[in-house]
Amino acid sequence: MKILVCVKQVPDMESKFKIDASSKWYDQADLVYKINEYDEYAAEEAVRLKEKVAGSELVVLSIGPERVKDVIRKVLAMGADRGVHILDNEEHLKDPYQKASIIANYAKNENFDIVFTGLQSEDRGSAQVAPLLAGLLGYNFVSTVVGFEYNDDKITVERELEGGLKAKVSLPLSAVVSCQLGLNTPRYPTLPNIMKAKRKKLDTVNVADLLDGDALVETQKIFIPEKKAGGIVLEGEVDKIADELIQILKEKTQVVK
Amino acid sequence: MKALLVGEYKQGKVEESSYELVGFAKQLGLDAVMFFVADDGAEIKFDGKVYVADAGKYTEYNPDLHKALIEEVINKENPDLIVFSHSSYGWDIAFRVAADLKVAAISEVVDFNKDEKTFIVPCCNSKFRREVKPKTDKVVVTLQGGAFQPVMEGSPQIEKIDLPEAKSNVEFLGFVEKEKVGVDLTSAEIIVSAGRGVGKKENVEIVKALADALGGELGASRPVVDAGWVDPSRQVGTTGQIVAPKLYIACGISGAIQHLAGMKKSNFIVAINKDKDAPISEVADVFVAADLLEFVPVLTEKLKK
Repeated sequence: MKILVCVKQVPDMESKFKIDASSKWYDQADLVYKINEYDEYAAEEAVRLKEKVAGSELVVLSIGPERVKDVIRKVLAMGADRGVHILDNEEHLKDPYQKASIIANYAKNENFDIVFTGLQSEDRGSAQVAPLLAGLLGYNFVSTVVGFEYNDDKITVERELEGGLKAKVSLPLSAVVSCQLGLNTPRYPTLPNIMKAKRKKLDTVNVADLLDGDALVETQKIFIPEKKAGGIVLEGEVDKIADELIQILKEKTQVVK
Repeated sequence: MKALLVGEYKQGKVEESSYELVGFAKQLGLDAVMFFVADDGAEIKFDGKVYVADAGKYTEYNPDLHKALIEEVINKENPDLIVFSHSSYGWDIAFRVAADLKVAAISEVVDFNKDEKTFIVPCCNSKFRREVKPKTDKVVVTLQGGAFQPVMEGSPQIEKIDLPEAKSNVEFLGFVEKEKVGVDLTSAEIIVSAGRGVGKKENVEIVKALADALGGELGASRPVVDAGWVDPSRQVGTTGQIVAPKLYIACGISGAIQHLAGMKKSNFIVAINKDKDAPISEVADVFVAADLLEFVPVLTEKLKK
């Protein structure tokens, strides 16, 4: 079986973000980067499937500048066989359709049986790349997966719906699967595996060789949302602001007396 | 401008979020038709034409068939905007429709700029908003839950829709209900919730002690539940419980969209967080800029006195 997992590198969302000079994205300097949380679950599930199906090959792909090699190496250390880095210094300016078509153009000659991705990225959060990719490849698709089984060329998954409800569905390969948080417990790569990962194949492809077509949407600007009008901010010495908060709660709510 | 609103019908009922799509269409002054896969006699409130496909035949969950039906309605109606909820249903279908039509797709819309004809969407865990312009005439959008006021009125003109030749690769095996254990947070008057900012499992006790001192219930955000620090039955948010207590205190919760959607109807919201820029500040009536591990025990002691 040939398995692809697509991962994205994102900043830690707790970082102090600044808007960049173009006003179209965040300033990428001075941020701590990591693997997109949703993609970590996708990577773990892909590694488990490879381990289950003898003779499988697992490829990990990421689009972005040189630094995204870090997340590719992480997934190699988790157990992927080889990496593909699609070098793109302007990844942040591409829309989801372009990203999906870049991946589709890479994947179409590889004939993957299954493609894992995260449900969404933590920064852009569009949840679009996986379904668009499925559409472009003509693969079956299932999103929001919190339970995954593979048997006899079929996958049976649990999808997370709203309010704690799940739907159980079965579909044949080839398929694109987008993974929700909580699907599994992603492993920490061991030191020997991290060392081994350094010797694994990691190809770089220039994005210009895979991109065809223009963006279908365009970011005009990005801005900081307004805070709640009339919201009070308490800061300073803990003892004092605790008293202030209790006073406010007594005045403004009927439940604290 | 004409819109096709794709409503959701689950476990024999119209999902309330479907009426937020109607509210959106009203707010934008769109000429709208709706689509549902529903049972005969489903109670749909809408002042206009509704295409209904039979849930008995197409099942409540079959994204392949539903997608084919929606595309059939698009062929008939030629809408400019195709509108879904930003939900598990929308995630499964909306963007595949966009891929088939090769048109712009915009996710998680929270607002619309009429002058610029642009859509406003959150990013970076709601720290920012993006203003996005579609570059195709037809556009698929998904709307964030709770962003638009629901409009639930009128009797629809139902038009049945069927696809004799439709095939699906997806087999729906049934719904799995969550275990009905734990607490019903929807009836709690006071909820004190723990977020990722509590740092480790042991610190949840600090938040629990505050909940106890106030006579309230402990709640939690998703990461805390996924980490196994708090029972899933206490999760607040779109995938947990939607709550509206008289007082909601969020401890160490940054305020991911899914969490905000689950608690922002609370009467009075207090956020305790070191980061003043955290998105929870958008909805907080009082924002306590402090380390919760220092602040919460002091507050709890004072409340006990």
